[in-house]
Amino acid sequence: MRTILSFAVVVLAGAAGEIAIAHAMKQIGEVHSFSLRVLTGVLRRAIRMVWLWIGVVLIALGFFSMLALLSWENVSFVVPSTALSYAVGALGAKFLLGEKINGIRWAGVLLVCIGVCLVWAG
Amino acid sequence: MNTSNIFHIKTYLLLLLMILFGSLGDILLSKGMKQIGEISNWSIISLLETFGRVFTSSTMWLGIGSLVIFFVSYVLTLSWADYSYVSPASAMSFAVVPLLGYTMLGEALSPIRWAGVGLIFLGVVLISRTPHRTTREDASCVQY
Repeated sequence: MRTILSFAVVVLAGAAGEIAIAHAMKQIGEVHSFSLRVLTGVLRRAIRMVWLWIGVVLIALGFFSMLALLSWENVSFVVPSTALSYAVGALGAKFLLGEKINGIRWAGVLLVCIGVCLVWAG
Repeated sequence: MNTSNIFHIKTYLLLLLMILFGSLGDILLSKGMKQIGEISNWSIISLLETFGRVFTSSTMWLGIGSLVIFFVSYVLTLSWADYSYVSPASAMSFAVVPLLGYTMLGEALSPIRWAGVGLIFLGVVLISRTPHRTTREDASCVQY
């Protein structure tokens, strides 16, 4: 039970954290220039975004859950969670961020998931 | 050069930085930790000594610096591109790291890993053929 729970936290918290950061960055708006002045301005706005901090906390939660999971399960069991998080992330992007994911992008996400598993399995 | 071209070049440039520095950071951290040696004793004093070696290792700092560049590039790209576009593209480092190990360090690659590297490349190529952004531009977008 604790393994399933931890696995779910690794996948869900990691993906949700990145989605929260993506949402925060969309609120900040497109960065048009990469000058030091602009980047400093982006950083100042970013650290005032609640969604950014929610994202950081969720990613940290996912990371520490993975460390805990690694302490009682094999790496070969834990690592596919990385691959699964791309698929879960894409679902989150569709339903939470309103991104329109066409068939080609779904196929690409699926290939990436399988590819990551194979690289680790090999 | 029109706005659309600049937008595409900017996205690809940032993705390239993400893939390069993400991969480089992983390799440098791995090399740095191997130089420091395996942690065999988990006492506080031993861990503090290990931390001391980590923070005085130039390889580790180069690795950390690379990962900071990766993270900044990732977050900046997310300010305009879809999360479902950027996130799988960042998985390219899973393919680049074994390839770098194969070409630079002479590490063996099993057929299964070759297949995995091929599928990741194919997946990222497919994703790169979809629109970078499918949500509307936020009207409150801040101009700097």
